[in-house]
Amino acid sequence: MGVSNGQAQVVLDITSGDLKTMESSAVQATTTADSINWVTVCSLDAIAPNTGVNALVNGEQVAIFRIGSTEEVYATGNFDPFSKAFVMSRGILGDRQGVLKVASPIYKQNFNLKTGVCLDNEEVSLQVYPVQLVDGQVQIGGNN
Amino acid sequence: MPDSKQTLVVIGNGMVGHRLLELMVEKGALDHWNLITFCEEPRVAYDRVHLSEYFVDKTAADLTLVSPGFYDNNGIQIYIGDRVTEIDRDKKLVRSANGVEIAYDRLVLATGSYPFVPPIKGNDAKGTFVYRTIEDLDAMKAHAQQSKVGVVVGGGLLGLECANALKSLGLDTHVVEFAPRLMPVQLDETAGEVLKEKIEALGVHVHTSRVTTDIVSENGKLSYMQFNDDTSLQTDMIVFSAGIRPRDELARDCGLEMGERGGIVINEACQTSDSNIYAIGECALYNNRIFGLVAPGYQMAEVASDQLLEVAEAQQFTGADMSTKLKLLGVDVASFGDNFAKTPGAKELAVNDSVAGTYKKLVVDAGGKLLLGGILVGDAEAYGTLLQLMQNQIELPDNPLGLLLPAGAGAATLSMDSLPDTAQVCSCNNVTKGELCEAIQSDGITDLATLKKCTKAGTGCGGCTPLVKDILTTELKKAGVEVNDHICEHFAYSRQELYHLLRVGEIRSFDELLEKHGTGHGCEVCKPAVASMLASSWNDYVLNTPHVGLQDTNDSFLANIQKDGTYSVIPRVPGGEITPEKLIVLGQVAQEFDLYTKITGAQRVDLFGARVDQLPKIWERLVEAGFESGHAYGKALRTVKSCVGSSWCRFGVQDSTSLAIEVEQRYRGLRSPHKLKSAVSGCTRECAEAQSKDFGIIATENGWNLYICGNGGMTPHHAVLLATDIDKETLIKYIDRFLVFYIRTADKLQRTSTWFKKLEGGLDYLKQVIVEDSLGIAEELEAQMQHHVDTYQCEWKTTIESPEKLQRFSHFVNADDADPSLVYVQERGQKRPATEAERAVLSQSRDALVSPAQ
Repeated sequence: MGVSNGQAQVVLDITSGDLKTMESSAVQATTTADSINWVTVCSLDAIAPNTGVNALVNGEQVAIFRIGSTEEVYATGNFDPFSKAFVMSRGILGDRQGVLKVASPIYKQNFNLKTGVCLDNEEVSLQVYPVQLVDGQVQIGGNN
Repeated sequence: MPDSKQTLVVIGNGMVGHRLLELMVEKGALDHWNLITFCEEPRVAYDRVHLSEYFVDKTAADLTLVSPGFYDNNGIQIYIGDRVTEIDRDKKLVRSANGVEIAYDRLVLATGSYPFVPPIKGNDAKGTFVYRTIEDLDAMKAHAQQSKVGVVVGGGLLGLECANALKSLGLDTHVVEFAPRLMPVQLDETAGEVLKEKIEALGVHVHTSRVTTDIVSENGKLSYMQFNDDTSLQTDMIVFSAGIRPRDELARDCGLEMGERGGIVINEACQTSDSNIYAIGECALYNNRIFGLVAPGYQMAEVASDQLLEVAEAQQFTGADMSTKLKLLGVDVASFGDNFAKTPGAKELAVNDSVAGTYKKLVVDAGGKLLLGGILVGDAEAYGTLLQLMQNQIELPDNPLGLLLPAGAGAATLSMDSLPDTAQVCSCNNVTKGELCEAIQSDGITDLATLKKCTKAGTGCGGCTPLVKDILTTELKKAGVEVNDHICEHFAYSRQELYHLLRVGEIRSFDELLEKHGTGHGCEVCKPAVASMLASSWNDYVLNTPHVGLQDTNDSFLANIQKDGTYSVIPRVPGGEITPEKLIVLGQVAQEFDLYTKITGAQRVDLFGARVDQLPKIWERLVEAGFESGHAYGKALRTVKSCVGSSWCRFGVQDSTSLAIEVEQRYRGLRSPHKLKSAVSGCTRECAEAQSKDFGIIATENGWNLYICGNGGMTPHHAVLLATDIDKETLIKYIDRFLVFYIRTADKLQRTSTWFKKLEGGLDYLKQVIVEDSLGIAEELEAQMQHHVDTYQCEWKTTIESPEKLQRFSHFVNADDADPSLVYVQERGQKRPATEAERAVLSQSRDALVSPAQ
């Protein structure tokens, strides 16, 4: 047979590895660029300080991280290219030599929050997304 | 084809025989020699010096001295389990019990010795043993299973080692010595008395000046020993360890020159009366003396290999230093040089501290300027320094007694720089200071374990280890190498230091600790480590806002993450005891949420494949049925495994199940540097495998034995015995102290067994701290544990009662959907995550597989 008994867990798409990186996705991103289609996902308060959440944005899983109790927020793909599971939002935040990063909760590889590049293997990256705060709401920039 | 090589046959594959072959290889013998050896025992050379550890935490494999492939790779022919029965000197042949016949050019006898069994009536009764080989130990172990009392005949060095072995087997141990004091060869009267007191304090009964006349058995079972003073001693087993005798029968049979009382006579080149035959080790007699220690044996192997290879400036054997340092039953004993002040004009200085139970004696020359020898009992820390002062004829300070003070208490210490490069640091393996420095500098060695491995220094009796360490530290300091134990780049402190800062400063959050003592934002190394310290100190709910971001995903979702990002759930089943009703609930929950189920090694049930959004629903059901969090997700106490004990088992002597449940409920939820496992066995059969746990408890007829710092898994480590026959209150007290002491002082992610291995002072130190309260902190440790017990909460119960905390348990912050990426296949009637190949096949037929999200 193949899948579990009628539960809502069937893969439709496994994110591919060829993800392009964007330079900066921090809150400073402006709202006016025509190419960005902003999607409001949650209030900032919904993200506990120094943790991440996972959002469904245009059918994609996007991990959103909050630095401390500040308004500094970053967004990357939720897909962990090493374990191939959608888990990045559950990683531990921190820094390496001042570079903000998130550690995969499965095998602990570290990724630069701003660029998505893996600090332990530069050939691997997370997708990064533009993110902004409007009236205390977190918005993610979609690709189209 | 004629072989141009010569043939060397070595009879005996003990420590010395093996060393000779190693040296031959090292010195390049393989080009000109065929090497052949006979090994009578069923296994190749092993470490007989540390034989008693076989009963504590070592296996036969741990004790081996032969590096893997040594014989094969070097083309050395070894006959294992075969014994040479005849030497034909005329034909230059040896013949073995299995009928092997080999012609030799040169022959080395390294046949060692056998234990001397005194001629006492009944000395061959069932239940009597000798202590020499691993087979002897296995036989002792088997017999000890049905024994309560064990006697060692012989209070010398080996006898006391053997007493240690009997004690490790859990026997009521006695030592019977013919002489008026223990270790008569090494110790003077006062030293023997101090040692006796110390050993008796450890629960070993010592009987000196006793002559055994009869060993009496009744109904085929050993009953008692009769002494010549009309006293007697009941016992279940007897081990003879009353000295050794050279194994010289082969040499005798072929007519080599023998000593009057045995031993194969050798000259300075280790040659016997037949110049083609050498003898080394305990079978050899030089200057009418047998050398029953390993260091002189190794020295003879050096000499013999030099002679065989005809090296220029070949070493000679001119007698040996019988200096020795040992830990006997946990008591340090050292004796060196002219220990009985026999040198004309020699003077003695001694410190006898009967409060501390130590005795230290120095023997100096007439002028009081040079050290000639000495004896140390109870504290032998100064041994390495003293030996160097003696061997290198370094002039003594004005007040030599200062040398006997403990380090840091005004002790005169030996600067490593004042030692000449030629100073022999390790006498077992003949390693000089210069060789150690060379290894440190050219191989870039920075840790003690590697240095010991590379140079072999400290791998014999281990007595020189502190010196080796000092030399390493001094050399590294000179080279400007800084060895740091900082937890990570954010805190310039070790875990132990950080823990201290956190408690003393009453710091209650990571941010506060980082602000006061660290830099940056933290990372996945320091955050969970600090979370654990906060939890074990203050026991706050781990999902409280300041703590939630510190936790590894397992702790932050109170479940164990699996490869596909789902979690497994393990409810607590204290002691492994579970009612049918609860078992049914587990089955129902697994059915309802379609979870893969498996029984764990820790007597619990693991439910796999739970999605983040399902966890609270699963736990609502479990909590309702009376289950609690099992903390399988935390670096915390896991399970206290148990057998059914005296309530059901016909062999059980105590109620192990009840104790296991009580212990598990006491320590449940305790966060620690790494996970903690425990077990309670109801009798010595040890069905709960308590000796492979961080702390294990085994029932005795009189109470409980407490074992600590064991480990299964990746690096198995036999637990060590901390206390015997204690009652439950004492047991709980000791465990409280042990656990908190470990939590306070261990490194991050360091299991108790690794912590123990690195703990300076080892088991003795731990006993002092935990049992004797030498640091005066027992009360504080117990109070910290009591705080934990008083503030325990089931994290899952707290979580499902808090709507705010439950919000985190969804896959998406902005949608109710489950993770759409999960794919399972069926195997043996249950689900498991699909492999990548299976996913690829399944996604091709995705249309057929899509089911609507709920």
